[in-house]
Amino acid sequence: MKQKKFTTLALAATFVLGSGIASADLVFPSLSYRTGPYAPNGIPFADGYADYFTLLNERDGGIGGEKIKVIECETGYNTEKGVECYESTKGEGSLVYQPLSTGITYQLIPKATADDIPVHSMGYGRTSAANGKVFSHIFNYPGTYWDAASIIVKHIIDQEGGDIKGKKIALVYHNSAYGKEPIRTLEELSKKHGFELTLLAVDHPGQEQKSQWLQIRRERPDYVMMWGWGVMNQVAIQEAANIRFPMDHFIGVWWSASENDVLPAGDGADGYKAIAFHGVGSDYPIYDDIKKYVVDTGKAAGDGSNLGTVLYNRGLYAAMLASEAAATAQKISGTSSITPGQMRDGMEALEVTNARMAELGLDNFGPEVKVTCANHEGPGLGAIQQWNAKTKSWSLITDFVGADREVVDALIAEDSAAYAKENNITPRDCK
Amino acid sequence: MFYREAGEFKTSYPADQQIFPIALDRLGVKIVLVFAFLVVPFIIDDYWEKSVLMPFLVWSMAALGLNILIGYCGQLSLGTGGFMAVGAYAAYKLMTAFPDLNIFFVIILAGGVTALVGILFGLPSLRIKGFYLAVATLAAQFFLVWMFNKFPWFYNHSASGQITAPERFIFGVAITGPEAPPWATYLFCLTIVVLFAFVAKNLTRSVIGRSWMAIRDMDIAAEIIGVPPLKAKLTAFAVSSFYIGVAGAMFFAVYLGAAEPTEAFGIEKSFLVLFMIIIGGLGSIVGSFIGAAFIISLPVLLKNIMVGGLGWPTDIVQHLIFMLIGGLIVFFLIVEPHGLAQLWRITKEKLRLWPFPH
Repeated sequence: MKQKKFTTLALAATFVLGSGIASADLVFPSLSYRTGPYAPNGIPFADGYADYFTLLNERDGGIGGEKIKVIECETGYNTEKGVECYESTKGEGSLVYQPLSTGITYQLIPKATADDIPVHSMGYGRTSAANGKVFSHIFNYPGTYWDAASIIVKHIIDQEGGDIKGKKIALVYHNSAYGKEPIRTLEELSKKHGFELTLLAVDHPGQEQKSQWLQIRRERPDYVMMWGWGVMNQVAIQEAANIRFPMDHFIGVWWSASENDVLPAGDGADGYKAIAFHGVGSDYPIYDDIKKYVVDTGKAAGDGSNLGTVLYNRGLYAAMLASEAAATAQKISGTSSITPGQMRDGMEALEVTNARMAELGLDNFGPEVKVTCANHEGPGLGAIQQWNAKTKSWSLITDFVGADREVVDALIAEDSAAYAKENNITPRDCK
Repeated sequence: MFYREAGEFKTSYPADQQIFPIALDRLGVKIVLVFAFLVVPFIIDDYWEKSVLMPFLVWSMAALGLNILIGYCGQLSLGTGGFMAVGAYAAYKLMTAFPDLNIFFVIILAGGVTALVGILFGLPSLRIKGFYLAVATLAAQFFLVWMFNKFPWFYNHSASGQITAPERFIFGVAITGPEAPPWATYLFCLTIVVLFAFVAKNLTRSVIGRSWMAIRDMDIAAEIIGVPPLKAKLTAFAVSSFYIGVAGAMFFAVYLGAAEPTEAFGIEKSFLVLFMIIIGGLGSIVGSFIGAAFIISLPVLLKNIMVGGLGWPTDIVQHLIFMLIGGLIVFFLIVEPHGLAQLWRITKEKLRLWPFPH
């Protein structure tokens, strides 16, 4: 018992020592994961996120004259550690949380709303957070899982010449809130288009998928969709290559679409497709600045080897949207040192036009984003990207297209209404 | 010189049989309890609640439960994560089905449900022992998690399979949900843990506890002298599962507020609790607390020192923590195979003789 007391005191002492730092900078916490089975995907995103803010600090002196401070906290894609990270960083004036984990997002939705801190779950998290009337502090622009599911099905319909009645589509998914998210939409779509849906769950961390792929081999679905993350992606693509599944009939969500996922399978991965909500490669003017201000000055995050990869680009994109929202918030509130609440207002008024993206050195990097009070998911557009194993590069093979709004919007309305009822939320009035 | 029995005269049986026979011990426990109940609630903040104290309390509870089964009754179990899931889902179903039921009773009833499930999965222990029983309980772990994933009834058909705790109050103060003040959730869990720690301590000193230990030390001999193995083993499973179920219910409803079975209650959690009681000390109530503090609080402490204090990169710190904790586990098990509780016990023995060890 006395030992326990001692530990408690020791903890108290270190915490007091550690928390004495307070600053007036704009604080962007980065809940990253550079360790564990999801690190191959977590590292490039965290590097991109940090590098963009470093660039702003070095080149422009921050946002609106305020320096940016990025606090990194390791979550290991683990919910409990994510909560610890949230609690330990929120006191520092954190403006917006991007946990890069659907599980942690679910955990933070009620907490962050109560603490008046916005959460930006970019293309992940709870899809129905798109309804800003119910989810005042949660944003998932520029697109949601349900958009992704619908756009992938659209692509399949295009590829099949307009009719997929009686076709079989299998979904290989991570057995978690993340992987289960698209199921409801796919079920609706299967009713509408008459395809047969097979659900194949893969348990965390996803290294063992023999039985799932044996089933695919036996049932021979026409298409396989994947909602995977971390090592699960690599294993699935390798297994698909092993059973010689036609790769152009294997389509992943945007989180199963990075170089790390396809490279281990070598030539076998050639032709693998995935949906994307932003451009690929490093052929953008911003990379010249990143090279000049971040890499060459030795300030790059991590080992600096991830520049130009899909997830690095996504980290950049996430940071860009966050900094644009912060700039918008500064404009609205008329002060440069904004609070999380003002940041939320900025996110809700965010508008990133093509002209603005060109100014930032990201010409045609993604679709225009416009967020409103009622619509927190922005444009909801996606394009299909395909892997070329010879040149080891991704390329977009379609234009950015929209989802089947009729199906997706109805589901969003239904799910957000259920959430509002469960938690006694009266939907806001959006003019 | 100061820490000793000498000079204390027990004049009644209750006084002679009390849990802490030494006056200094009693004083220490009282100070800790007064501090925990009357001081901490006034200085606690969100970070302390969510990152340090709640995990410590919840895992202490789970470690207590597993310690009863493994440490006192000698039945090896790897189903802790699964039983915690039963507690969590029972709490969720009770909370949503009976919105007016007080959260305290929800937690206790969730423990009761888990006890029943525990008895069911404890039945094989009557035939199989040791590692074979560990494998049988491992099956429980995988079966239970699979079940909570498979049947939408358990998570009320929510789209993502997540369960979320609705807001519940005691005396008008929120205990669950995002608005719950840190002191309230802390006091709620602290009360449950302290209450059941004393119950556990007394159980192990009673007839039932002695029959568990008889079974643990040599089951055939115990049977011959008249200890019924059926009763002893199944009560151990029931009591242990009750504790673990309560821990699971607090873990979900009060600490996290939302959970999904695969991540929150996976096999890693079973091992985590097993490590806690091995490090802390098998067959020791204090050991359960020390083990939980070692496995749960030490990484947070190290992280705060290395990231917050020294400003090192987070990934390097994470790897360093793995290495340090692993190294410390090996070190302590070499120095004292019976766990940290044994070290504490030896310290007390030495203190009694100090400063005249001969």
